[in-house]
Formats: sequence, C-alpha cells, structure tokens
Amino acid sequence: MILTILTFLPIAGALCLLFIPREEEGLHRGIALGTALATFFWSLRLLPDFDTGGFNHVVDSEWVPKLGIHYHMGVDGISLWLVMLTTFLMPIVLLSTYSSITKKVREFMVAVLVLEAGMIGTFLALDMFLFYVFWEIMLIPMYFIIGIWGGDRRLYAAIKFVLYTMVGSLLMIVAILYLYVKHHELTQVWSFDYFALSKVALGRHEELYCFLAFALAFCIKVPLFPFHTWLPDAHVEAPTAGSVLLAAVMLKFGTYGLLRYAIPLFPHAFVVCAPYLATLSVIGIIYGSLVAFAQTDIKKMIAYSSVAHLAFVVLGLAMWNAKSVDGAVYQMLAHGISTGGLFLCIGALYERRHTRKLDEYGGIATIMPRFFAIFLIITLASVGLPALSGFVGEFLILLGSFTASKSWAAAGLPLMVPHHTTLYAFLATTGVILSAVYMLYLFQRVMFGPLSNARNRDLKDLSAREVVIFIPMVVMAFWLGIYPSTFLTGIDPAVQRTIAEFKAKQEASGDVAKIVHVTETGR
Amino acid sequence: MTANLHLIPLLPLLGAAFSLLFGKRLGKNVVTLVTCGAVAAAALVTLQMTFILHHDLPPGGALVDTFFEAPWMKAGDLNLSAGLWFDALTAVMCCVVTVIGFLIHVYASAYMEHDENYTRFFAYLNLFMGAMLILVLGDSMPVTFVGWEGVGLCSYLLIGFWFDKDANATAGRKAFVVNRIGDFGFLLAMFLIFYHTGTLKYSELASHIDGLHNILWLGLPVACFAGLLVLVGATGKSAQIPLYVWLPDAMAGPTPVSALIHAATMVTAGVYVTSRLHVVYEAYPQALAWIAGIGALTALFAATIGFAQRDLKKVLAYSTISQLGFMFVAVGSYVNGSSNYASGVFHLMTHAFFKAGLFLGAGSVMHAMENEGDIMKMGGLRKHLPHTHATFLIYCLAIAGIFPLAGFWSKDAILGGAFAAQWDVKNAGPVAAWFAMHAGKIIYGVMLTAAGCTAFYMFRLYYLVFHGKFRGTHEQEHHLHESPARMTVVLWCLAIGTILSGFLGVPESILPESLHHFGDLLGEWLKPVVGVQLHEESAGQFLGFAFVATAVSVAGIGSAYIFFLKDDGVRAKNFVATFPRLYRVVFNKYYVDEFYNAVVVRPLRGLSRILWKFFDEIIIDKLFVGGTAAIVNGFGKSVKYLQNGDAQRYVVGVLVGMALILRVSTHYSAAHAAQFHVDQDGHAVTAVPQNDAYTTNVRFKVEWGDGQESDADSAHPRGLKHQYASSGTYKIRLETTDSRWQTTASRSETVVVR
Repeated sequence: MILTILTFLPIAGALCLLFIPREEEGLHRGIALGTALATFFWSLRLLPDFDTGGFNHVVDSEWVPKLGIHYHMGVDGISLWLVMLTTFLMPIVLLSTYSSITKKVREFMVAVLVLEAGMIGTFLALDMFLFYVFWEIMLIPMYFIIGIWGGDRRLYAAIKFVLYTMVGSLLMIVAILYLYVKHHELTQVWSFDYFALSKVALGRHEELYCFLAFALAFCIKVPLFPFHTWLPDAHVEAPTAGSVLLAAVMLKFGTYGLLRYAIPLFPHAFVVCAPYLATLSVIGIIYGSLVAFAQTDIKKMIAYSSVAHLAFVVLGLAMWNAKSVDGAVYQMLAHGISTGGLFLCIGALYERRHTRKLDEYGGIATIMPRFFAIFLIITLASVGLPALSGFVGEFLILLGSFTASKSWAAAGLPLMVPHHTTLYAFLATTGVILSAVYMLYLFQRVMFGPLSNARNRDLKDLSAREVVIFIPMVVMAFWLGIYPSTFLTGIDPAVQRTIAEFKAKQEASGDVAKIVHVTETGR
Repeated sequence: MTANLHLIPLLPLLGAAFSLLFGKRLGKNVVTLVTCGAVAAAALVTLQMTFILHHDLPPGGALVDTFFEAPWMKAGDLNLSAGLWFDALTAVMCCVVTVIGFLIHVYASAYMEHDENYTRFFAYLNLFMGAMLILVLGDSMPVTFVGWEGVGLCSYLLIGFWFDKDANATAGRKAFVVNRIGDFGFLLAMFLIFYHTGTLKYSELASHIDGLHNILWLGLPVACFAGLLVLVGATGKSAQIPLYVWLPDAMAGPTPVSALIHAATMVTAGVYVTSRLHVVYEAYPQALAWIAGIGALTALFAATIGFAQRDLKKVLAYSTISQLGFMFVAVGSYVNGSSNYASGVFHLMTHAFFKAGLFLGAGSVMHAMENEGDIMKMGGLRKHLPHTHATFLIYCLAIAGIFPLAGFWSKDAILGGAFAAQWDVKNAGPVAAWFAMHAGKIIYGVMLTAAGCTAFYMFRLYYLVFHGKFRGTHEQEHHLHESPARMTVVLWCLAIGTILSGFLGVPESILPESLHHFGDLLGEWLKPVVGVQLHEESAGQFLGFAFVATAVSVAGIGSAYIFFLKDDGVRAKNFVATFPRLYRVVFNKYYVDEFYNAVVVRPLRGLSRILWKFFDEIIIDKLFVGGTAAIVNGFGKSVKYLQNGDAQRYVVGVLVGMALILRVSTHYSAAHAAQFHVDQDGHAVTAVPQNDAYTTNVRFKVEWGDGQESDADSAHPRGLKHQYASSGTYKIRLETTDSRWQTTASRSETVVVR
C-alpha cells in the first residue's frame, strides 16, 4: 500500500489542480508543491526497517487477468535510493519554477506531477507491462514540458526527444512480448511478471536479439555514445525544471533498465555485448568531456558532461562486478544531485540575464557571493572531488573496472588480453582529468575575471527562496561524499543479489529456451 | 592504540565552516581568534599525540582512530574505513604542518588585515589545514587521497583568491588541472595496488606485498608500475618535471599562501606519500632510481631558471621546485634494502622552516614596497627593514647550506645518501648494472652543482633586494617601513626553527661519545617506520662531503657577490649583453609553458572543436541520425506513389508478394529441417530435428550407420528413434527431401554408443 500511495499521490494532486480555476496560479503552485512535499515525506516511510535482502512493500494484484498483467510493485536497495532521489528533487524543482514558469502554470504543474508519478512507477514496477506503461507515461509530460515551456527551438527538440525514445521503446516492447509468448510456450501460463519472465532462459540467438532490443532502448535513454545527440538539444531547449528532471532522474532509467532488465534477463547476450558496451562507454567518457570543453552554451556544456558522467555508469555496469555496479548505482545518485544542481544554478543565472552564452558572463563571483559558494560546491561535486558526491561512484566504478579481469573471467566474458579491462579503466580514468578541464573552465568563465559586461553589474544575489532550493542539494552533495555508508548498505546487497542471480541463470541456461530456477529472493 | 586523532583535522575544518557561515557577521577579530585558535588547538593535540607515541608506545607503534564507526565504503570485496594512523612519520609531518601553519596564520592575520575578503581567506586557510592533516593522517591510500585532492582544491581557491584578475583565476585552474594529471597517476596506483594486494591500508601493505612482487606485467613486476604511478602523482603535487609548471604561476596567490601551501606543506605531499609507500618501492627498487633521477634533473633545471627571474616570488618558487628535487633524490637514494627516506623527511622539515621564512620575508618586503615584486626595482632595503633583512639572511644562508644552519645538515645528508646509492638490479644487462652502481655518483655531481646554483641565485636575490642602491620610485622609497610586530615575530620564530631544526639530524659519528644519543635524532625516530637512514658514514667521510659542499656553496655566494653587488652589478649586465639569447631562453623558463601549450593545450582545444563541429553535428547528427530519418522519409514518399488507386497494379502487387512469401517461407525447408541433434539413452538413440517449424512437408530419412535406415513422412516427428544392437561409434546421416521444390539436404552427426 505504501508504494501505491507513493506512486499515485502526485496523480491525486494533479487531479485536484484540474478542479481549481486557471487564474488561481498561487494556489496551483501551492498545491503542487504541497503534493510533492507530501510525496517526499511519504517516501521517507520506505526507510525504516528496510530489508536489504530483497524486495520490500511488495504489492501484487491482478490487473488484466486474461493477459496475465499484474499490478506488481516492490522496492529493493537499488530502486530505493532512485525513488528517494526523485521524490527529493521534486519539491526543489517545483520551488524553482516560482519565478521561471509564468505561462500556463496549471498545465505545467499537472505535467510535472504526472511525470513524477510515471518516474516513481517506472522504478517500482515489477511487472513488465506495468513497467512499459509507466515508461511511456513519463514520455508525454516531458514532451509537453519541452515543447510548451521550452526555448526557441523547443518543437524540434521535443520531437527529436520523443522520436529517439520511441524508437528504442518500440523495440523494447517487441522484446517484452517475445519473452511473454516464450514464457507461455514453455509454461502455458500468460504472465508479464518480472520474476516469472526472468526464469525464461532463451536460446542463444533469440536472447541476443532481445538483449539488443532492450539495450538499444536503454542506451538511447542513457544516452550512450553515439545515441546521445538528442540530449544537448533537449537540455538546451527545456526549461530549467525540465532540464533538472531530465538530467537528474530520467537519464537514470536507461542505466536502471540495463541493470534491472537487460542484463539479468539475458546473461549470455550480455556477456557477448559487454566489451562493446564498455568500449562505447569509454569513448563516451572521453568524447563527452572533449565536446563539452568546446561548448559556448552553458547548458550544452553540462549536457555533454552528462554524456560523460553516465558513460561512467554504463562502464560500471558493463564491468559487472560488485564494486563497479555499486559504483554505477552510486554515480546515478551523485549525478542526480550534481547535475540537477548545476542546471538549477544555470537556471538561476538565466532568470537574471536571459542568456546561456558563456561569453556574456564573467566576474559574477564578485556580485553574487552566495551563488558563488553554492555553484562552487556543486561544480566540485560534479568534478568528483573527494568528500563530495561525485567521488565515491567514480572511484568504485574505476576500481571495479580496473580489477574486473577476474570477475570477467569468472562470468565467462571474453578477455582479449589478460588485463584488458584494466585498459578500459585506464582510459576511463582520463575522464578525471578532463572533467576538471571543462568544469573549471566553465566556472572561471562565469564566475571569475573582471565584471566587464555592463549588463552583469546589477545582478542580485540569490534570494531566500533560491537559497532554500539549493541548501538541500548542497547537503546531499556532502552527505553522499562524506558518509556513503548510508546508501551503500542498501545498494551493495541488492547488487550482489542481482549478480548472483545473473550467474545462476547464466549457468542454468543453454542453447535452447527453457525455464530455469534462479534464486527465489525477492518474492 | 586508539586516540582522538580525528580532532586534529576536524578542528581546522570546523574553524573553516564556522568562518564561512558566520564570519561576515561576527567580524575579523572573531574570525582570527577562531581560525588561529583552531590551528593552535590542532597543534597542541598533535604535540600531545606525539608525546603519547613517544612515551607510551614501543618504537614502531602507532595510534589509530576513525572518523566513523561504520565502514566508509563497503562494496563487494572492498571494505574501507575512514581511518587515521599516527606513527613516527605522521608525527613529524603533523608537527611541521600545524606548527608552521599556526605561525603563518598569525602572520597572515596582519598581512591580510586590509583585504575585504579576510574571512574567506582564513576560512580557506583553515580548510587547507584540515585537508593537509587528513592527507598525512590517513591510514589508507583513499583517505590520503581525500586530503590530497582537498589540498589541491584549497590551492586552487587560494591561488585564484583575487579572482577579479583573470590571470590569477587562470593560474589557479592551471594548478588544479596539472595536479589532476598527477591524481590520475595516484588513482591508478591505488587501483593497481588494490588489484594485486587486496588492500589499500598502509599497515597491511607490507604483509600483502607478494602480489606486487611476483606478478609480472610486460615482463616487469607490478610493483614497478605501482611505484611509477605513485611517482606521477608525486610529480604533480610536488611540482617535479614534467608537471612542475603550475607552481611558478601559483605565486599569483597571496604570499602567506605561497609560504604555507606552495613551500612548506602541500608541495611536500609527494615526498610524504612516496616515503609512506616505501614497501611498494622496496619491492622494485629500480623505481626509486627514477625518483632520484627526476629529482636530480628537477633540482638542477629549476635552479638554473632561478638565475634570471625578476619576480621575487618567482625566484622562490623555482627554488622550491629545486629543493623538492633534493627531497626526491633523498627518497630515491636506495642502498641495501632501504632508501634515504629519513633524509628526505629531514630536508622536508628544515626546508619548511627556511622556505616559509623566505616567502614570509618576501611578503614583508612586498608589504613595504606596496606590492611591487620586481627585484630590479628594489635594493638597499636592509636599512629600512632590519628584522626582515636579518631573518632573510639567515634563511638564505640556510638554503645555501652554510654551517651550522638547518640546510647544511639536511642537504648534506641527501648528498651523502646520493653518493652511496646503489640500486638492486637483478637480471639486468651490463649497461643497466653499471648504471645502478654508478648513477649515484652522477646524481651526487648533479646535486652538488644544483647546490652551488642555489647559493648563487639565492644570494643574487639577497643582494639585489637588500644591498646596493634603491632602484624604485621616490614614492615607494618614502613609503618603506618595517612590517608590524605580528609579522616580524613570526619571521624570527621561523629563523629560530631554521637554526635549531638542523640539530635533529647531526650524524652520530662526528659527535663525541658522550653526546651520541643526540646524534641523528630524526633518523632514529623514523627508523621503525621507513627503515634505516643511509649515512652511516665515518666522521672523516662526513667532513669530506661537508667540506666539498660548503666550498661549492661559498663559491656560489661569492660569484653572486661578484656578479650582482660588486661594482653595482656591472658584470651581470655585461654577461646579459654578451649572451642575450641564452639570457632570454632562461628568462623565459626554457619555453616549457609555450611547448606544453603547443603540444597539449592547443591540440586538445582543436580536437574538441573538431569533434563537436564535425563529428557530433555532421557525422552523427546529420548523417547517422538524419540519414535514418531520411530513409524512413524516402520510404514513405516512394510508398506514396505505389498507393495510387490503380486496382490492377494492386492485384499484381498482391500476387508478387504472395509468391515471394511462399518461396521464402518454404524454399529452404529442407535445409533448415536437416539440422538435428542426438539424444542418447544407452543403446537407444533419437535424432531430434532442431527446427520444428520446418518439418512439415518434408520427408526424413536417417541412415543410422549400422546398415539400418529409418523413414518418416512429413508427419511431425518428435525425433526418430533407433535401438543399436551393439556398442561402437556410428555416423548418423539425416537426409531431408522437400518434394515441393525438389530440394534435398543432409547433415551428419557421430554418436558413441557404450
């Protein structure tokens, strides 16, 4: 029941908004913010007595019995913190729109709340049909957020965003249906249930195709190089709130999907594809960083930095050992805080100057000292400075990758040379240098130097409302960096369980499709 | 033994947080009190811990503590705690950092008095102290790394402290980025060490070192790579070739920062870490030869740049780089299973005193000169700044290595160590073996030259600043004054340190019998941690080395006098006029910055622009993505023409399509159906077709290999069964015939019947 309320509370809030006259903008904002806060506080109920061994608060009831579709939700150590991230960010995002969104306020609030419900549902769903429904529900509000409240080229960006995502998700639904049919063939039971379908071990070839369909959908969402070109456009055109949600939460569905679905469902295919995934991520890290360095538009720069940061996550997943996958999950959270924070910072600047051009700024630190402190902390978090959020994830991913040869050999992953996973790690570690190169360049160009642009002279420092927005972000950036135990105690067992089940399934499956029994945890 | 070690870094960190949050409201005095108080308290705790360590624990013991009870990072087989470790080496480092840090805080409270960002400055300074103390107290590489990056951050913030000048901000960024290149090496070293030892704790490394020893990469033990990667990190932090370029630019920061971070503490982190990881190096001593080589090269190279610099602080910066090279040589001077770490740490300590003093003295000079840094515009300041002058002379004599000041003892220990150094080489070629035996002597020669150069450029500086005629403007001359007491007292404290700290390393052999237990105090103190100090030399050897070194130093001082002071420095001017090119090359620091710019920075920038404008926007977005869209679009357009309402054409289309489908779906049936596998149950063997979907309409014939045959019609066979009469190996041949297309196909499998 906890999860159902958590998912549908935002929808209830959105419904309330529909009954209030359009003119009452203040009321709309208040109710939306109240709903988001209530959802956040409700989500805190997940934390006490959390059982890290498996899925918590599971609800499982029939939805469309004839087709075997269930309303099946649950939360484990991996999804827990991603859900918390979503509910945590939502009030902050809504608070940030008080000054930036002034047209069609009601519609905007409805869109954001529906989006929240979609995101929470996607993380919690344990029925693949339900998952797909939530996955698509997310898409629509984001399309409107970019297309209605975005910048000058908003339509182009919105359509590009939708088309890209749709291509992937259509392939994914085909793969889901294939699994569904196969499951029926083998057991004579129709079911979309995640656990039921994970027992289906496909034959080698069909498995590969299904994996590719899933992986493509998720890699586009991540976005992994070379599927990333929708991201800069979407980020640049989206309003601040859209950018924050897109970067901080929506991109995580790609990596979450890989970890929850694509990899454990199709172990053999993953083994075949992991070197390619790893190669693309390493390219993504270096390429994303270099291209970010060349940008003149602040938002584009951060968009490309996301490409690099999420490539770290995919690298961690591709290396498939407890350290690297823990790091990947951790990096998802850290990236949510740091990049979400960066977009909020840029939003604050944009509201004052209405430009995202790097050349227009300079010397802002002199006149906006509060903003300086916050922007600095968040920039450093993004750079991966120890004691701030970015470090732990990167460290675990890189350490895990560097030492992955053993786990790759154990998982039957192809090793071209004895230490070639180490080579991936070596190349990926250059990202540590490059992130400092472009982020500090950005920071200097905006904050330091003389206040030469006359239009910047009268900028006001952050208001009390804005400080309230940023303080939770800064606190979380420190928390994630200083005391990772809070999060890792939940993540690590869940990741180890996932890896163990992957292994069990991998060993049990063969050339021909059959039902295998992986461990029964999570039921 | 557990102790409250976490207080040592925590106190300054709290001081920093307090001043950042409330400092503006509470005013300068409170900030001064809190930040200086925090450092003083940290120093007192350090002294107490050192006392406990000395008094209550056996040699080689250590105090331990953690920040949190729970593990810091626990993931898979990694279980890191945020632990602290206080042994003899940590004690020395902590004492140096807190004591000198405290003195510099006091000095800065006067120096920065009129700066409008006084609070921010002191917050950063305290933050730096916290990070530096975490660096030296960390009990594992990751904890050290937290401090390592933390000090880098503070360095970045403090170099760019006056950020309204773009050049300052750029210098800060350069420092950070170059340090990150070093951090890249440090990170990889951590990964490598963890990979092969399974631990990152210093105290556990020794017992797990076999992994680094025995496993080979490219024919070399892993320890070699680990050692060299740590060295990459160390060259970044400690400004050695090739990553030294950030340090001269770092002089853009306020002078107390240069003294604290860029002379006395942070830049020595590389020396500390290499000493801390000595077990890694001892697993592959040749890596130490690299350290010594790089150190020697840097020491000489930077010293020569110091000849021609005109900026007071720049000279001192190159001097720091050069002196850090001395420490690297000490760390790298290996003989008989141990290296000269203790001398490296000894020089680190003495250098901290006199170099911090030199910078603070320079600050005092610039304070009097209204922030003028060009030594060509100074001169004769000795009359106006008596305290600054006296202390500055002491520091200069110390760094030149004049008896009995600290630099004399520590530099001598390094030179003696280098001379004796011999690196173990197993299975090396004759050249490498000769080199391992004799490189020490070469390095000794290089270091001796560098020491002479040091004396020369330091006294060039000293004469140009304090002697001769004043060369600045009248206004400046009118303004000249000695600095306030808070600054001069600190200068004198450091001068006392400069005089006394050398006595911690007086070789036993030259002391009379009754004073032997005062010999080599620091070396004895460090011995349980880093191993024996090298110079077990006799009194005669020592005196010989000392004599040569002193003679070289005096020669350096003398030539500086002849060139820059005698006859108003006419010889120096003549020299520059005779060799203008040489002067320009040295003055422009051998154009290394320009070289890096041309080879690294600009290509990187160009590459990123090409990747973005060409690859991202054209290849991926236009060709790859746009191309897909164009194909879909084109397909839609062409299909549009087919759908034109002409029924006859539709009929033709349907028929052709049907025919195609029919052919594709049935033509290959025979071939597909022929694929089979064999199920075996004793003598009963079944040939099972793999592709059920194609078995209709196909005839099967199986030759079992024992002369028998089976037939099956198109009726779906769940496999054809056969009972073999006897054991043996049989070749089964399955033939399929599709009467519709008159195609046949066959496959064979071999079975072994037992």
